[in-house]
Amino acid sequence: MAYPMYEVDWSVLPPEQNRRFNPAFNIATIKQVVNEAIERVAPVSVRMQTPTRLRDLIRQIRAARTAAEERSVVNKECAYIRSTFREEDSVWRCRNIAKLLYIHMLGYPAHFGQLECLKLIASPRFTDKRVGYLGAMLLLDERQDVHLLITNCLKNDLNSNTQFVVGLALCTLGAIASPEMARDLASEVERLIKSPNAYIKKKAALCAFRIIRRVPDLMEMFLPATRSLLTEKNHGVLITGVTLITEMCENSPDTLNHFKKESGQREIVPNLVRILKNLILAGYSPEHDVSGVSDPFLQVKILRLLRILGKNDAEASEAMNDILAQVATNTETSKNVGNTILYETVLSIMDIKSESSLRVLAINILGRFLLNNDKNIRYVALNTLLRTVHVDTSAVQRHRTTILECLKDPDVSIRRRAMELSFALINGQNIRAMMKELLSFLERSDAEFKAHCSSAMVLAAERYAPSSKWHLDTLFQVLLKAGNYLRDDTVSNTIQIVSAAPGERQAYASMRLWTSLERSAVSADATEKQPLIQVAAWTIGEYGDMLVSEASNAISMVDDDGVDDFTRPTEEYVIDIYQKLLWSTQLSISTKEYLLLSLAKLSTRFTTRPSQDKIRVIIDTFGSHIHIELQQRGVELSQLYKQYAHLRPALLERMPPMEAAAAERERDDSDTEGERPQTNVQNEQNPLLDLINGSELLSNGDVEHTPVATTNNNSSTNDILDLLSGLDLSAPSMPAPAAVSAANNNLAAPSLLLDGLFASEPPIAQPQAECVVRALERNGVLVELSAVRGGDTATLTMRARSSAASTVTDFLFQAAVPRTFRLDMMSPSGTVLTPQGEITQVLKINNPSKTPLRLRIRVSYSIDGNPILEQAEVNNFPPDLFN
Amino acid sequence: MMQFMLLFSRQGKLRLQKWYVAHPDKLKKKITRELITTVLARKPKMCSFLEWKDVKVVYKRYASLYFCCAMEQEDNELLTLELIHRYVELLDKYFGSVCELDIIFNFEKAYFILDELVLGGELQETSKKNVLKAIAAQDLLQEDEAVDGALREVGLL
Repeated sequence: MAYPMYEVDWSVLPPEQNRRFNPAFNIATIKQVVNEAIERVAPVSVRMQTPTRLRDLIRQIRAARTAAEERSVVNKECAYIRSTFREEDSVWRCRNIAKLLYIHMLGYPAHFGQLECLKLIASPRFTDKRVGYLGAMLLLDERQDVHLLITNCLKNDLNSNTQFVVGLALCTLGAIASPEMARDLASEVERLIKSPNAYIKKKAALCAFRIIRRVPDLMEMFLPATRSLLTEKNHGVLITGVTLITEMCENSPDTLNHFKKESGQREIVPNLVRILKNLILAGYSPEHDVSGVSDPFLQVKILRLLRILGKNDAEASEAMNDILAQVATNTETSKNVGNTILYETVLSIMDIKSESSLRVLAINILGRFLLNNDKNIRYVALNTLLRTVHVDTSAVQRHRTTILECLKDPDVSIRRRAMELSFALINGQNIRAMMKELLSFLERSDAEFKAHCSSAMVLAAERYAPSSKWHLDTLFQVLLKAGNYLRDDTVSNTIQIVSAAPGERQAYASMRLWTSLERSAVSADATEKQPLIQVAAWTIGEYGDMLVSEASNAISMVDDDGVDDFTRPTEEYVIDIYQKLLWSTQLSISTKEYLLLSLAKLSTRFTTRPSQDKIRVIIDTFGSHIHIELQQRGVELSQLYKQYAHLRPALLERMPPMEAAAAERERDDSDTEGERPQTNVQNEQNPLLDLINGSELLSNGDVEHTPVATTNNNSSTNDILDLLSGLDLSAPSMPAPAAVSAANNNLAAPSLLLDGLFASEPPIAQPQAECVVRALERNGVLVELSAVRGGDTATLTMRARSSAASTVTDFLFQAAVPRTFRLDMMSPSGTVLTPQGEITQVLKINNPSKTPLRLRIRVSYSIDGNPILEQAEVNNFPPDLFN
Repeated sequence: MMQFMLLFSRQGKLRLQKWYVAHPDKLKKKITRELITTVLARKPKMCSFLEWKDVKVVYKRYASLYFCCAMEQEDNELLTLELIHRYVELLDKYFGSVCELDIIFNFEKAYFILDELVLGGELQETSKKNVLKAIAAQDLLQEDEAVDGALREVGLL
């Protein structure tokens, strides 16, 4: 067993009683003896009382039984430490800081030690420096000014004669370098990379790596020194050198070319291949061996750099084909470390322009990974398959059953990967089988998966549905299983699909949905399935006549399992169910609106007297509903039974088929989530009359429709506008005859009316839904990214605005995306940002894997001659950006 | 690149924290708290990887201690496990059969060892021997200073 820490070996004795050999304690013991000697000999009057030793403090804290007790020990010690800091006690400063660091780790504030750390660093003693730098790394935060004070100390120590002092300074710089520090110390670091001392060289190389991360502009100055790193023998220098070059190449295509073309006496790819080959072929070297593999850390780093060099470069790929094949076939796979290397090799093979036989080899390795007993290896396999699925789908398809099996894994990390991969594998041939698995996954899955999974299923169903009946069935199943986690647009999409279906399908849909509606009303779980209730209410409202008519007997309701669970309800039973749902206290207002309007529609679909009366009674009760919007609906619908009764049949006519589902989905969610198209004017007889009498609604509509984002289903005032917008969606292409005269025309009056309305209102036609993400706001410069969806490719527009008083010059916007994405940047509209001015730049992002977009941006500019560099990660794009 | 590394006990007590990204203290505490809870809630049979916020968390339990690294998406997860293992091996060599108490009482040593292995979130040395040599040499420097100081103090130097 390779792992050194066994439970049985763990001693419960405090370390000082632990008799195992321990170099650390030897030093500690020496120190202790020495300190005690000092304490004995030195006259007490010379210095204040000796502080508690770190060990004693830790013991005291650990002995505390309660949190309060611990706090009191810590507070007492902190108070004491503060007092020694005030008195400038330099003898015990080191010990006090060490104690403070322990206290800090427990979660107590320790910022008052920051300046003391700097004093320790400035001390000539190595012990002081070692603890001081440790404290600086733990306590300093680059947002604080103290942070700048350390720069000078670092500069001094970078010039020290002792290699370990230089090492400490480099280590600290690497951990906490801020952009300012990076600029100030870059030249020192560059000098140290050229040092003959490998210990310093490797640390300096990684420091340069961090400096470039913080300030990409500084890359240029490190180029010459970096080139020679690959000629070293020392593995530490080699691995840090490869890391540095990788960062440079990922950062700028120019540098990538620079390394490919003119890397000194030897070209970089053959050079790396040579190093890798030596690693594989060299015999056992105990120093770098990890369970039989020679320096896996270095191998992996080299493989990764090869991947970057070989990407989209046939010549470079050609040069590395052999070595990749060699690594892929010769690596021992019984241990994690072998699989580590294989994993990296597979990624490289799939990313470069490799030979097809090599790709087959890589996919086979992944197949083996998938069957591995080790969960970690399986996870990695799924992860890699997801990254390669767009390269070679058919190869991945072979592992479909295994992948579907992973959907049932108890581990959330594996399930998530398997789900994403399953969606990538769906095609026209396997859609039925895949959907079946995914449906059962959806039913079992945690809440966090449901939203994403259901919308991906809706999309897949739309794209590959083998028949419209299957499509409807699948959508209904998704509605049933995703419950309230379903995204809002799915409701409107489903309604659109039902409305566009042929008559018999509509009857089928209403029957199917009736079964679900009834079941959830009876079992009282309707609150968990509100989207389903909404779709069901709409469909039954529209096609309720078919549901209760004899004709429904002719439609087969036998499902995939051969069960026919549909019984034709009576009109009154339908209304009873509606009543039950409408009087439930837990359904959302929006769902009740669906139900109420649906009920009103049923009044013209159902024919028997008792059901008509029942409907009227229910509607009348809403005239005094506590919620203002439902109350308004109740009153208005009641009016349709009174003086406007003659309008009712025409107003509650069946909706014409809706079109353009795709365009609809593009629109902002908040737009489609409100009232559905079906809830049109039937109830709004007052505005209708207004319209006939000279149309004041137009202006209303105009004003209220514009702020689309604020209309939501629960707001009580602007329902009419939701109605209008819904209608706008539903029948945008119909002609617009004279609206006013059409009002008395019983046929299709409502929709024609509103068509007229919208025809006179061109601004309603909105641009494609844009989402605007605020990426960065500092120094008065605001950078926003607005994204437009578009299948695999999203178009982002960067807008930089300045509210600063002075002009911003040299404005440069850079962006980077993870490797699964492709980013094309158009040229910016300018580099100078006047006050209140704007710079725009268009980014096209191609993302075949449809994973959520992550973007890292860098913005550099100068204000009043001061160069400024800002970085940010932008992750808050909507997850459906690429759908 | 590693964004941060945490060592914590099965009881959720933090034993070591190393940050390679600049975050305010408050955020660090929040991340630490949330991550410890999430990792401790996972069952032993589950895989060692966790996609958490925008980082990939790789963790492994050695006896009562969890070693937990937050990596970037492009990093090799399996290699991170090897890195953790390498760190444990170094601690083990240095302390001689390391246990949690060693790390509690000598936390600064644990930091020093990590700093000789990883710099700025990337591995700097792949030879165990070299790391231990560097640590031993620095310990010796400290020791010399301590003896020197003591002798000076008592007037022998």
